[in-house]
Amino acid sequence: MGGNSPCASCKLLRRRCAKDCIFAPYFPPDDPHKFAIVHKVFGASNVSKMLQELPVHQRADAVSSLVYEANARVRDPVYGCVGAISFLQNQVSQLQMQLAVAEAEILCIQMQQEPMMPTPQIDPDDKSFLLQNNLPHQYLNFTSSSNNVIHDSLKRESIFGHDMVS
Amino acid sequence: MSTSSRCAACRHLRRRCPSDCIFAPYFPANDPHRFACVHKIYGSSKVGNMLQDLPVELRAEAADAICIEAECRVQDPVYGCVRMISLLQQQIHNAESQLVKARAEIAVLGSHAQELRHHVQDI
Repeated sequence: MGGNSPCASCKLLRRRCAKDCIFAPYFPPDDPHKFAIVHKVFGASNVSKMLQELPVHQRADAVSSLVYEANARVRDPVYGCVGAISFLQNQVSQLQMQLAVAEAEILCIQMQQEPMMPTPQIDPDDKSFLLQNNLPHQYLNFTSSSNNVIHDSLKRESIFGHDMVS
Repeated sequence: MSTSSRCAACRHLRRRCPSDCIFAPYFPANDPHRFACVHKIYGSSKVGNMLQDLPVELRAEAADAICIEAECRVQDPVYGCVRMISLLQQQIHNAESQLVKARAEIAVLGSHAQELRHHVQDI
């Protein structure tokens, strides 16, 4: 047998690290914590099964996401990754509200500016100037962003039944 | 014990469902898919240990969260629920950029409005 040291998985599991060890490419011996945490949450045999069911080119990403989930679960034994998702959804919601407020403020400023525009020699019976402002376009932009807020919140409600972060 | 009173976990594991079964409150018999996902991804002993290590009042929330993560992983074996985290982080980045732009526009419009007011007063 060559001088290659066993991968982190085989070290932890105290077994011979075969040449075709499924874990070896993703759990190098210099990072024992990575496998330890995945083994703690998912179990080595489950991780092995999951990796075997994936094409080789997708396994690295799968391992990364499993490590991320495992870390989240150890940090937060109740909510794990779902807690992080809930927190981020709240952030998105708050930002979208702030954006809606900012867009409304832009609209208000633009509307307020209209009367201040100098309009020399306007015929009071000529209403054609009302068609020249870009108010309808701005209003449509504001409406579409507010629809996104509603649509996104509905998408969130269809995945999670309730807000898990108070 | 009547087989019809077994929880979904014990049915899946083909075993007797004891009166103090750790799974029974969170994996009712009428939703076999819920435990099947969790078993596929975590295995029954890991889930049992996770629930056992938590105070009783937190187990229902934990079971729900574990089920969601397992379901996401079954549907997306490469990224699981981490895909959603990635998407949300991107949404946050985009929203923050848009907010910065909107606030900059407010500042510009505000200074223009001030200039116009001065101009009108001068006329």
